[in-house]
Amino acid sequence: MPAEADTLQTLDELGHTYKYGFVTDVATDMAPVGLTADTIRFLSAKKDEPQWLLDWRLKAFAVWQGMTPPTWQKPNIPPIDYQALSYYAAPKGMGNGPTSLDEIDPEIRRTYEKLGIPLKEQEILAGVTGGAPADSGRRVAVDAVFDSVSVATTFRAELAKAGVIFCPISEAIREHPELVQRYLGRVVPVADNYYAAMNSAVFSDGSFVYVPKGVRCPMELSTYFRINARNTGQFERTLILADEGSHVSYLEGCTAPQRDENQLHAAVVELVAMAGATIKYSTVQNWYPGDADGKGGIYNFVTKRGLCRGAKSKISWTQVETGSAITWKYPSCILEGDDSVGEFYSVALTRHKQAADTGTKMIHRGKRTRSIIIAKGISADAGDNTYRGLVDISPAATGSRNYTQCDSLLIGNRCGAHTIPYIKVHNASSTVEHEATTSKISDDQLFYCAQRGLPEQDAVAMIVNGFAKEVLQQLPMEFAVEAQKLLGISLEGSVG
Amino acid sequence: MQAILEISDLKVQVEEAGKAILQGVNLTVRPGELHAIMGPNGAGKSTLGYTLAGRDGYEVLAGDITLDGSSLLDMDADARARAGVFLAFQYPVELPGVNVANFLRTAMNAHRTARGEPELDVLAFLKLCRAEMAKLAMPEDFLSRSVNTGFSGGEKKRFEILQMALLQPTLAILDETDSGLDIDALRIVAAGVNALRTPERGWVVITHYQRLLDYLQPTHVHILANPDGMGGRIVRSGGPELAAQLEAEGYEKLGVA
Ligand SMILES: Nc1ncnc2c1ncn2[C@@H]1O[C@H](COP(=O)(O)OP(=O)(O)OP(=O)(O)O)[C@@H](O)[C@H]1O
Ligand SMILES: [Mg+2]
Repeated sequence: MPAEADTLQTLDELGHTYKYGFVTDVATDMAPVGLTADTIRFLSAKKDEPQWLLDWRLKAFAVWQGMTPPTWQKPNIPPIDYQALSYYAAPKGMGNGPTSLDEIDPEIRRTYEKLGIPLKEQEILAGVTGGAPADSGRRVAVDAVFDSVSVATTFRAELAKAGVIFCPISEAIREHPELVQRYLGRVVPVADNYYAAMNSAVFSDGSFVYVPKGVRCPMELSTYFRINARNTGQFERTLILADEGSHVSYLEGCTAPQRDENQLHAAVVELVAMAGATIKYSTVQNWYPGDADGKGGIYNFVTKRGLCRGAKSKISWTQVETGSAITWKYPSCILEGDDSVGEFYSVALTRHKQAADTGTKMIHRGKRTRSIIIAKGISADAGDNTYRGLVDISPAATGSRNYTQCDSLLIGNRCGAHTIPYIKVHNASSTVEHEATTSKISDDQLFYCAQRGLPEQDAVAMIVNGFAKEVLQQLPMEFAVEAQKLLGISLEGSVG
Repeated sequence: MQAILEISDLKVQVEEAGKAILQGVNLTVRPGELHAIMGPNGAGKSTLGYTLAGRDGYEVLAGDITLDGSSLLDMDADARARAGVFLAFQYPVELPGVNVANFLRTAMNAHRTARGEPELDVLAFLKLCRAEMAKLAMPEDFLSRSVNTGFSGGEKKRFEILQMALLQPTLAILDETDSGLDIDALRIVAAGVNALRTPERGWVVITHYQRLLDYLQPTHVHILANPDGMGGRIVRSGGPELAAQLEAEGYEKLGVA
């Protein structure tokens, strides 16, 4: 069929679709390769960490050494030589973060400009796909994490006026040790899983947020993760604490250079919402996905979990996952407080040889807790997409409800979609609903759009965005626009 | 006068059917003319519409199709659409989650960009669109629905005419736009079509019933049939009286079944 030949040709030209694959030429401080207790002492010393944290890391390292990598996920994860990686990479002179925005290395500033993230405080917002910034008049505070360190955090003074703390976690460890020590590892215990244990031993940088009682955070907060150095991984650690009755919306974006070898991003994110607090956490993940033959790309092995600790608290996860060679990620909610609410909205797109095994766990512990799960998987080429989710309602969580909807969209006939729900309900007054659908972009749909004058790429982007609509509309408005473009760009050439 | 559409000796094979469906169709549509195409089920009428619109899998084995004197055969469906070919579908296709307003504006802007005109902003688009919707008695909330998803049969057909009104094609092909319409809707849709009858535009209207033609007053009527199973072709042509005769006598009596 001539259409198929076109597809193959377009696929051949696809080196161009990942637009953030460049490398920043900057002198880098790197830890010697290898992972031993000494490596951990080295990076802890680099960050001037207190003894309690070094002890915590060393304990985690011991735990990790006794563990084996998980094998239950659908994608096969090739063995990783942890002794061949370097666990610390920072632009020279940036080891402890910049003291002011003016001190950022111009090369790094240019990098973020190229990515559409201006590291200055201005009345515009740039997105995560490098498109034209939406001039919304709304402001967003940015924490920029480059390899192992945070290089800039904007709008801190203004946030401080509202009592909001937004800073790199390495700084929070020094400045707010009581908060960090109380909550670090409280939601994701060290021994939770192999990658979380590893992260606990070697975590580099990430963001720390504290929103005091009754405060509505005056702007969106965001962290922008960039892997730059070769032969290293990124071990992000983020902790967000929302005190009683507070409200915060946080967004993270991620990109990395195009390389033939795989790189590891093993993050841990912990959220704690006290009574009446709301945390909205959005991710637009666009790590380098690897090429059409499955060469290179990021391994995105992430543990994200939120604790709805107080009554009527709410945690809402929204993720748009388009990048990474393998995604292994289950942003979850522990609904401890009575009447607390957990939400998970996800779009995962896999093409070429990308694989995603992603979903959520909704652990209902409090009475009348509610959760909603909307997961949309899009697969093209030989992409493989698995939704894996657990709904667990304990005997005490009476009157609780869950609604789950999993939809898969297939493009072409070499890709895969799988839905694996685990449902455990331990009381009779709770209800769980699960719906699943699988559909294809049909020739009829493409022809209908073409007949109205739409080029095929635009038609695919439109249909895919229609499919993902319920999730995209959960994103903060400006990011929804960026995410829509990203879905279109990510599928360029997937049909011919 | 230059013809808008010139179909000469067109032979078409449908890839999935694996055989010739059209076997030597000839048709000339000049500006202002409205050609009705009638014919038995399965004769190849929709196939003709799809072929004109450039659908993949409808392979032209011989012959030519020209629009305003240039051949369409090397153009993809989307390029033909932007060049002015519009097909109102017999079975409009659902696009779940794709917002009607967004779809219409994107389509209009694809046409405008191709003509070198600036894109329509949201407000200008809504003004244009609301005016056309009012003519077709379509409610405002239509704009926030998903394209053809959950539309009734009649709503789908009205939506096709709305798109035609907004895209202002050179050549409009309507494939059984009258089927599924109630009596009032038929009148509204026919009035919508008549409002677009300009001296420049050409029309190919596929229908089974004279009712629609009573409203549209075709300049020409053709019967497309496949009497010997070798493929569809135009077996009779005439004026409006041919439709009346067909309605009275049926295909068999006319000797074309
Ligand atoms: N994709 C296809 N696969 C198999 N056969 C096809 C396909 N498309 C068309 N055909 C066949 O081609 C012939 C003509 O079909 P077409 O839809 O053009 O008829 P029609 O004149 O529009 O009929 P109707 O009045 O019922 O709408 C039919 O025999 C049909 O079965
Ligand atoms: Mg037909």
